[in-house]
Amino acid sequence: MALPKVKADATEARLAGLTLPDTVSDARQSALARVSAMGLPHNRDEYWRFTNPRTLVQPEAPLAEVPAVDGAPLWDDVDRVRIVFVDGVFNAERSDDLKAAGLEIAQLSDALSADISWAKDLYGTLEARGQKPVDRPFAALNTAMATEGVAIRATAKAEKPVNLIYERESQSADPLLHTLIKVDSGAEMTVLETGAGGARFSSVIEVDVGEGGAFHHVRDQGRDHERRVLTHCFAQVAAKATFKSFTLSVNGALTRNECVIDIRGDDAIAHVAGACVGDGKDFHHDDTIFVTHDAVNCESRQVFKKVLRNGATGVFQGKILVKAGAQKTDGYQISQSLMLDDDSQFLAKPELEIYADDVACSHGSTSGAIDETALFYLQSRGVPRKQATDLLTLAFLAESLQEIEDDTLAEALRDRLAGWLERHATV
Amino acid sequence: MSVLDVEVKEGVDQETVDAVSKLSGTYKYGWNTDIEMDYAPKGVNPDIVRLISSKNNEPDWMTDWRLSAFERWEGMSIPNWAMLDLAEIDFQDLYYYARPKSMEVKPKSLDEVDPKLLETYKKLGIPLQEQMILAGVEGAEAAPAEGRKVAVDAVFDSVSVGTTFQKELEAAGVIFCSISEAIEKHPELVKKYLGTVVPPSDNFYATLNSAVFSDGSFVYVPPGVRCPMELSTYFRINAENTGQFERTLIIADKGSYVSYLEGCTAPKRDVAQLHAAVVEIIVEEDAEVKYSTVQNWYPGDEEGKGGIYNFVTKRADCRGDRAKVMWTQVETGSAVTWKYPSCILRGDDSQGEFYSIAITNNMQQADTGTKMVHLGKNTKSRIVSKGISAGKAQNTYRGLVSMHPKAKNSRNYTQCDSLLIGSDCGAHTVPYIEVKNNSSRVEHEATTSKVDDDQLFYCRQRGMDEEEAVALVVNGFCKDVLQALPMEFAMEAQALVAISLEGSVG
Repeated sequence: MALPKVKADATEARLAGLTLPDTVSDARQSALARVSAMGLPHNRDEYWRFTNPRTLVQPEAPLAEVPAVDGAPLWDDVDRVRIVFVDGVFNAERSDDLKAAGLEIAQLSDALSADISWAKDLYGTLEARGQKPVDRPFAALNTAMATEGVAIRATAKAEKPVNLIYERESQSADPLLHTLIKVDSGAEMTVLETGAGGARFSSVIEVDVGEGGAFHHVRDQGRDHERRVLTHCFAQVAAKATFKSFTLSVNGALTRNECVIDIRGDDAIAHVAGACVGDGKDFHHDDTIFVTHDAVNCESRQVFKKVLRNGATGVFQGKILVKAGAQKTDGYQISQSLMLDDDSQFLAKPELEIYADDVACSHGSTSGAIDETALFYLQSRGVPRKQATDLLTLAFLAESLQEIEDDTLAEALRDRLAGWLERHATV
Repeated sequence: MSVLDVEVKEGVDQETVDAVSKLSGTYKYGWNTDIEMDYAPKGVNPDIVRLISSKNNEPDWMTDWRLSAFERWEGMSIPNWAMLDLAEIDFQDLYYYARPKSMEVKPKSLDEVDPKLLETYKKLGIPLQEQMILAGVEGAEAAPAEGRKVAVDAVFDSVSVGTTFQKELEAAGVIFCSISEAIEKHPELVKKYLGTVVPPSDNFYATLNSAVFSDGSFVYVPPGVRCPMELSTYFRINAENTGQFERTLIIADKGSYVSYLEGCTAPKRDVAQLHAAVVEIIVEEDAEVKYSTVQNWYPGDEEGKGGIYNFVTKRADCRGDRAKVMWTQVETGSAVTWKYPSCILRGDDSQGEFYSIAITNNMQQADTGTKMVHLGKNTKSRIVSKGISAGKAQNTYRGLVSMHPKAKNSRNYTQCDSLLIGSDCGAHTVPYIEVKNNSSRVEHEATTSKVDDDQLFYCRQRGMDEEEAVALVVNGFCKDVLQALPMEFAMEAQALVAISLEGSVG
């Protein structure tokens, strides 16, 4: 079917400003063909019914003021390999040596032009597969055009985490980053991401977790108010492997985090979780998750919590697809919003599609205000109303933070949330 | 039933499997009435629309209304968002109007109706004589005489054959007749309400229906009247290659109450047939409407040949404060079901409820659910949906709960469970939740099969042994829906009691 003219024109306008880089040209060419065939979305597309993609489609990124006060550094006391991007460009000076026991790290451009075959094989592969059954044209656009990013391979248990730090200096930066991650059979690694990255930041991460491997991902999307961000994480999980991802979003004009997980080996585990806190009409946060079970005896969890106030919007689109034969699947999905005042909204579509009979999939979604009875109880014990509200809000978010295995990492995020609540008096 | 000789997963009740096979396995109503028919020419165009309109002796405004709907329909395309795998439907290869020859002159009373038609309904267990007891309903004899009466409007292909108990209803002020009769006799009511809940532009099938609907039922309950008996419409598709397009309009004026039942069957045919109905319900202040359906259209054979394509738009509009509407549906038939009975909760403190059991077997596909649109303050809605899939069937729950910013202090509770019998079928859930204020609470959950410890403890403490207690708690599953079914559906209800969702997938 031909694209509607409005879509074709918008796609063409967006592509006009970009030039196709010359590395891995086959992967890029086919990604470009996918973009042209699908067209960039508009708000009448089913997958974008809750989030208007207009500002992501337009050729120029909307300007975003760089915050005057930088957020307090996160995980400063954690020993890690820091890889810094400024406005989406790798900055060697601010980065550590790209070395750690158990890891092979290279800049994306080096990995794709050198003879690192795993990186070339992986580039665009999971993204292309993730286009079915739902179109993700922005991810294909990223595959076609991105030149910055890193390629990381874990060959054993990594000695320390890798921290991708996205700094922002310009109010118009519009970077595309593409990260490749391969966890060898039995290996284990943690990737941390921090910072806003750009006025409009597009990131694709492709993760291949080998048999018995473990991949941990913890992300903090920064305190930046005006930035827009669109991320895609495509993961394939082999037998007995573990994939765990957690994202904290504080502020930001528009955030859409898509996570596409393909469980392909038996006895594997995949967890995706997220917490977000948003204040004001200009806050729009969207978690779009698609988990496919294509193996026996696997477990998946989706845990998403949103705290919204002053007209903020939270979106959750989650799906568990259990293919025929994926027996003994244990799928769990919960999306909850806590609305601190009457102007905010929560839009959700928690979906199940099941073709196997011996499985247990449960999904739940709730939305509401803070529990007055609990508030009253705390107040009757002498806790001031403001503190009681904060306490209950933190408790509400806790279930998602529990998905982070490393307590040190989780504790730092909990402090960050407490700080946000402190600054945003609710009573 | 060979298809259900499958290995079921541990925990799934054998009784449930048997009940599903009984309910959806062999089709009891697949016989055909051999009767002479009048057809309009095949296909649909403005002339056919005019023809249908003139057959019903309609005034010009009605004909124009149909024609403008038809014009709009021509510019629309078939919706494809449902999880249904459909063969292409040739809308020009159908008869849009089929009427038994004997109905050419409308019979004045049931005594004049062709005995063959009466025989058809008798065979289906639907009494068109004004007798009080429905055939086959156990325990009905014991019910008090007043409670047993059911007024029936029988629709055969495109026309209404007759309506029972009209006199008695008239005495109470209730109007219950076919919609063609209502257009003739009560044009002011029809004009005021028709198309105000489901506008002619609503969706592809509703628009087609607006253009070509041939008959259906009309109910008006005046202010303060409690309808003295259950009202019911029985739809029978008999003719081959015929589409049935009926339209039902129910108006419950201030403070009134009515309970309405709908049943449907069709003979076995190799070619799929189309049924596209529209039901509109208007509920004024303090009024209450209960609408129950047992949908048992021919589901097609084991290879998916034939069967009814059921595309239905049903919507209730709670216009006044404290209005209440309850949809109950048991869906066992149809090759394809596309049906979302909805509630618009406009009045403050209004309530909407939706109870559904959808059973699909063999090659059946169902995409069904509800919409609860909360607009008024303190509105409440409850959704309980149970989907059971067997054979190679696909069963989807699709629903919307929307809380408007002004719908303060509203409440929704949704529960949907699905059960798969065998490994070749599918069960899907597609809920949409839109909450735009914080004083409302919305809860959506799919319960797992685990028995609640507290409930068990309570039962044990009352002296039940563990087994009894589990049985009680587990079998409580269907009761939510069954309790809402009127007694006339007791036969179906008896079969449903055996179903439990123990072992449900989510």
